Amino acid sequence: MRGVLTGLNAWVLQRASAVYLLLFTLLMPAYIFYLDIESFAKWNSFILSPVVSISWILFFVSLLAHAWVGIRDVVIDYVHSFKLRLFILSIVALYLIAMMFWVLRILFISSGVAT
Amino acid sequence: MEKQKRPVFLNLWQIRFPITAIMSILHRLTGVLLFLAIPFFIYALQASLYSESGFQTVIHYADSALIKITLLFLTWSLLHHLLAGVRYLLLDIDLGIERQQAKLTAWLVIILALGLLLVFAGACL
Repeated sequence: MRGVLTGLNAWVLQRASAVYLLLFTLLMPAYIFYLDIESFAKWNSFILSPVVSISWILFFVSLLAHAWVGIRDVVIDYVHSFKLRLFILSIVALYLIAMMFWVLRILFISSGVAT
Repeated sequence: MEKQKRPVFLNLWQIRFPITAIMSILHRLTGVLLFLAIPFFIYALQASLYSESGFQTVIHYADSALIKITLLFLTWSLLHHLLAGVRYLLLDIDLGIERQQAKLTAWLVIILALGLLLVFAGACL
């Protein structure tokens, strides 16, 4: 299992995504709090504005890449049967890819790009 | 790849844990918890964006005691994971690498995460 999401690449990816996740989880809630978003209309136009929605998509891309490396490390440490490991990692990969498409679907449908 | 016969001992019930190890295992545990929580947050995001009533429903649910407790637990998970993560990033650039410092920062991560949780809990409840 060699590729962009293993070995040193995975290590770098985990750190790089961590930095984005860190900044996003500190700044985004603070920004939402600062804007005092309490109505549906405000919330909707806030999330779907180009910069914010792209920053959310980048957040989820980082989150899912980060989660992949982390869960993979845990699975490799505690699941030693190759077949079971492959099975669990396949489920994890499908889960993460599904989450990514779900988020894209939500944002695209909400912004009227798709219906 | 050839299997190496190096000693590996990962029996969690028999390993003696220094504070750095406790902080580390909590980092993993909270990571897995946050991983499992992802679909619930995406579902809430979906409901809040699709309709006015969905938005109100999410706010309504966020006000219920059970959800609040769950959210506070996940907030602690996030705080601990985030602080421990920052500690690891600093270790990567050789900051706090000495044993005494590493022990101190491990305590700091655990206490700061719980302290910030209390601040959030005080603000929310």
